[in-house]
Amino acid sequence: MRRKHALAGAATAALALVLSACGGGGGGTQQPAQSAAGGGAQAVFNAGLTQVWNPSTKKGGTLKAAHQADWDSLDPGDTYYGYSFNFGRFYWRTLTMYKPGPGPEGNTVVPDLAEGLGTPSADGKTWTYKLRSGLKYEDGSPITAKDVAYAVARSFDKEIFAHGPSYLNELLEWPKDFKGVYKTPDVDYSSAVEAPDDTTVVFHLKKPFASMDYIVQLAMTAPVPKDKDTGAKYREHVVSSGPYKFETNEAGKRFTLVRNDQWDPKTDPNRPALPDRIEVQLNVNADDLDNQLIAGDIQLDIVGTGVQPAALGRILPDPAMKARTDNPTIPRLWYVSVIPYNKPLDNIECRKAVQFAADRVANQTAFGGELAGGEIATNVMPPGIVGQEKFDLYPSAGNKGDLTKAKAALAACGQPNGFSTTMTYRADRPKEKALAEAMEQALAKVGIKLTLKGFPGSSYFSEYAGNVDYVKKNGIGLAAHGWGSDWPDGYGFLQAIVDSRTIRPAGNYNLSVMNPEVDKLIDQASSTLDANARNKLWVEVDKKVMEDASILPVVWAKTLLLRGKGLTNVAYNEGQSMYDYILLGVE
Amino acid sequence: MLTYIIRRLIGAFAMLIVISMVTFGIFFVVPQWAGASPEALASRYVGRAATPETVALVTERLGFNDPVVVQYGRFVKGIFAGAQYDYGAGVEQCPAPCFGYSFISGQPVWPDLVDRMPVTFSLAIGAAVLWVLAGVSVGVLSALRRGSFFDRLSMGTALAGVSLPIFFTGMISLVIFSYGLGWTPPGGAWTDITVNPAQWAYNLLLPWITLAFLFAATYARLTRAGMLETMGEDYIRTARAKGLSERDVVVKHGLRAALTPLLTLFGIDFGLLIGGAVLTETTYTLPGLGQFAILAIRNQDLPQVMGVVLVAAAFVVVASLIVDLLYAVVDPRVRLS
Repeated sequence: MRRKHALAGAATAALALVLSACGGGGGGTQQPAQSAAGGGAQAVFNAGLTQVWNPSTKKGGTLKAAHQADWDSLDPGDTYYGYSFNFGRFYWRTLTMYKPGPGPEGNTVVPDLAEGLGTPSADGKTWTYKLRSGLKYEDGSPITAKDVAYAVARSFDKEIFAHGPSYLNELLEWPKDFKGVYKTPDVDYSSAVEAPDDTTVVFHLKKPFASMDYIVQLAMTAPVPKDKDTGAKYREHVVSSGPYKFETNEAGKRFTLVRNDQWDPKTDPNRPALPDRIEVQLNVNADDLDNQLIAGDIQLDIVGTGVQPAALGRILPDPAMKARTDNPTIPRLWYVSVIPYNKPLDNIECRKAVQFAADRVANQTAFGGELAGGEIATNVMPPGIVGQEKFDLYPSAGNKGDLTKAKAALAACGQPNGFSTTMTYRADRPKEKALAEAMEQALAKVGIKLTLKGFPGSSYFSEYAGNVDYVKKNGIGLAAHGWGSDWPDGYGFLQAIVDSRTIRPAGNYNLSVMNPEVDKLIDQASSTLDANARNKLWVEVDKKVMEDASILPVVWAKTLLLRGKGLTNVAYNEGQSMYDYILLGVE
Repeated sequence: MLTYIIRRLIGAFAMLIVISMVTFGIFFVVPQWAGASPEALASRYVGRAATPETVALVTERLGFNDPVVVQYGRFVKGIFAGAQYDYGAGVEQCPAPCFGYSFISGQPVWPDLVDRMPVTFSLAIGAAVLWVLAGVSVGVLSALRRGSFFDRLSMGTALAGVSLPIFFTGMISLVIFSYGLGWTPPGGAWTDITVNPAQWAYNLLLPWITLAFLFAATYARLTRAGMLETMGEDYIRTARAKGLSERDVVVKHGLRAALTPLLTLFGIDFGLLIGGAVLTETTYTLPGLGQFAILAIRNQDLPQVMGVVLVAAAFVVVASLIVDLLYAVVDPRVRLS
C-alpha cells in the first residue's frame, strides 16, 4: 500500500514533499511565494531558499538554459561537476539521489533507481541495493542490476574516463588483475560490485564505510547498457534512463533534450518532469549569459555558481532585480592553509599566532563581503554539512583579530618579534589576491612578514602550493585555498583536505593538515554506521584540525543566484548547492 | 605568373611548418623549462582530486612521456597519413588530415574546424561587405568635402570606431538592441544559410554591424587620406582638363589609385577574420573558429590549438597571396615575376 500511495502522485509528490518541508523549514516571516496554478508569483529576495518559489504542476514549454563553458563530459561515468550531477538527473537515474526541494532535508538522500536506501552488512563492508521494477531505457529495454554493476565497473578505467571521481576505485575490492571492462573484458569484477539477480546490486568494500548512500548518488551508478557502450565516445549519445533523452548533441555548441516516452513516472517519485523540451547552449559569454538571464531570453544558468561581478553591480542596487535572487551559503570554504613543512610554522604556537592575528572582517571583505563573498567562517565544515557545529577556538572582538594573544603565541613559539614566510595564491583569482594582501597587512601588525606569490590556477596544485618539493624548497608557509564538498557529510567535505594519508608528491588538496590524531578520527568516523554518532565524530575531526591551527578558515561561501523569468518550481537544494534543476518548469 | 604562385605556395607551406613547430614548442618546451613534468602537463586533463594512478594513465595515453620530437612527428604524420584513436570500446581511424583528438572532449579536431568555418566565413564576408562599402564611401565623401560638417562628423565617428573595442560595442549593442528594444536576437543566435537565409542574415546583423563599425572606421580614414593625396596629383588635373566627368575623375582615376594600399590591408584583415574573429565570436557567442581558438587556449587543449592556429595561418597566407595577385589588376605598374 505504501508503494501504491507513493506511485499515485508521482508527478506532484516532489512538490508536496518540498512544500511540507517548508513548514518546518523556518521560513521566517516571509510569505510563501506561490500562486494558484503556477505563474505570476511575487518575487521576493531569498524566496527559493526555504520554500518552492512559484510552485506549479503545469507541464509543457521549453526550458532554455546556457553554460558559460562546456561540460567535462556528458557521460555519467566521466563527469565531476556539481552542475553536471544536478542537470544529469534529467537523463540519468542513480541508485540514490538528494531529496528534491529546499531546506535542510535537501542534504539527505532518497532512493532513485533503488527501492530503498542501502542495506549494510553487520561489518559495514557490504552494501546491498534493490532496484525498483518497471525501469526502462529510452529504447524500451529493461534496466537491470547488471547494467548498474557494469556502469560502475566501466568507470574504473581512468585512462578512458579521467574526469570522474575515483571514490569507487578506492573503496571497492577490485580484483588485482582488473584494468577495466575494455582492457580486461574477461576478468570477473564481482569481488567489487555484482548483480546476483536482475534487481540486486551488491557492493563489496575494502573496509567499513558508512557514507555509501551518498557515494551511490554519484553519477557512476547511472546504468549503462553494455551493448550500447562506446567507451570514450559514449558521451556523444548517452542512453537515457531518466525522463528526458537527447534529441541533438552538437559537442561544444548546444544540445537538446526531449521527453523520454519510455520513462515511467510511476517508477520515479522524485522528478515532476514539467518542461517538454530542454535546450542548452554551451560556451556562452559569461556576462552576456547574465544579460540574457536578466532579460528572460534564457531561464537557467547551468553552472549555478551565481552571477558575474558585472551583473552584481546591476542587481544589488535595484530592489526589483534583487527580489529575483537567492543568496544561499553553499558547502564551500575559502581558507588559508597554514603549512607546517617549514620553520617556524612547524611549531603549533606560530600557527596559532597566525590564527589570532588574522583580521577576519578584512578577509571577508577581500572575498566580496557578506552577500557576494560569504559568512565569516570560524571552523572548517560549512553550515550546509549534515551534523555541522559552529565553534570558534580563536575568538576576537568584532572578528578583527586578537593581537595580544597572537603576540603571546609568538613568544611561546620562540619568535617574539615575528618571522618571515611566503603566501601563495592563484593569480587569476582576484579575490585570493585580495585575501593575500589582507593577510599581509594583518600579520604585519605582530611582526609576521609575508611575501606574496601568485601562480596560474591551472597548475597551482600540481606544480606550486600542492607540490611538496616546491613548498619545502621555496619556504611556503601560507596558501590561499578553497574547497567544496562532493556530498554534504563530514567525509564528503573533510577527507580530501585533512587526511594526511592523501598527501603525495604533487597535486595535493590537503596542503597542511598532517596530524595522526585527525587521521585516526577520520577512520573512526567513516566506519561508524550510526548517523548521529558519526556526525559527532566529524565535528571532532573539525575541532582537532582547528586545534592544530593548520587551516585558517576565511568564509563559508555564498552565491547570488538569479531566478530566470518565467520559471516555476524554483527551489535551492542544499545537496546540490544550487537550484534543484529536476523540479523546474516553465510558465 | 604560375611560377610566382607556386613559389609563394611553397613559401607558405614552409611558414606553416615553422608556425606548427613554434606552437608545439610553446606548449611543451616552455613548461619544461619551468620544471613541469609530463605528469604536471597531464594533470590539466583529469578531473578534480585525480589520483596519481589516473594522472599516470592519462600521461601515457596522451603520449607525454615520449620526447617532444617524437610527439611532433606523430602530429605531422597524422596530418598527412591519418591516425588511429583508441576510445576504449574500439579503435577509430582518423583520416588525413588528422589534427588529432581533443585532450579534453576526445572529439577529432578537423571535423570540428570544418564545422565551424561557415560561421566565421558568414561573419567575415558580411562584415567585409559592410565595412568596405561604408568605409570607402564615407572616406571618399569626406575627402571630397574636406572640412565640412559631414567630414568632421564622419571622422569623429571613425575615431570612436577605431578606439572602442568589440567586447564593449558588442555588449552595449546587445543590451540596447537585443535585450532593451528587442529588435535583434540575443547572443548565441546562429542559423545556417542553407537552412533559412533570412534568419541567417537577421541573426548576424548585429555582429556584422559591430565588426564593420570597427573596420569601416579604419578604412574611412585611410580612404580619405589616400583620396586627398591622389586628388591633388597632376594627372587628376589633367583628367579634369580633358573634360572627363567628375564622377569618372573620382572613381576611375582617384579612387583606383587610393585603393592600392587599402587592398593590402583588406587582404590581411580579411585573412585574419576568416581565421577567427575571436572577440566578436566570443562576445556574441557565435560557434566559429574564433570562439574555438579562445576555448582551445583557455583549456590548453593542444590538438585544438594546433589545428586552429594552422588553419588561421593558412587563411592569412592565402589571403595575402590573392591580394598580391589582385595588385596586378588594380595597378598596371605591378608585374608579378
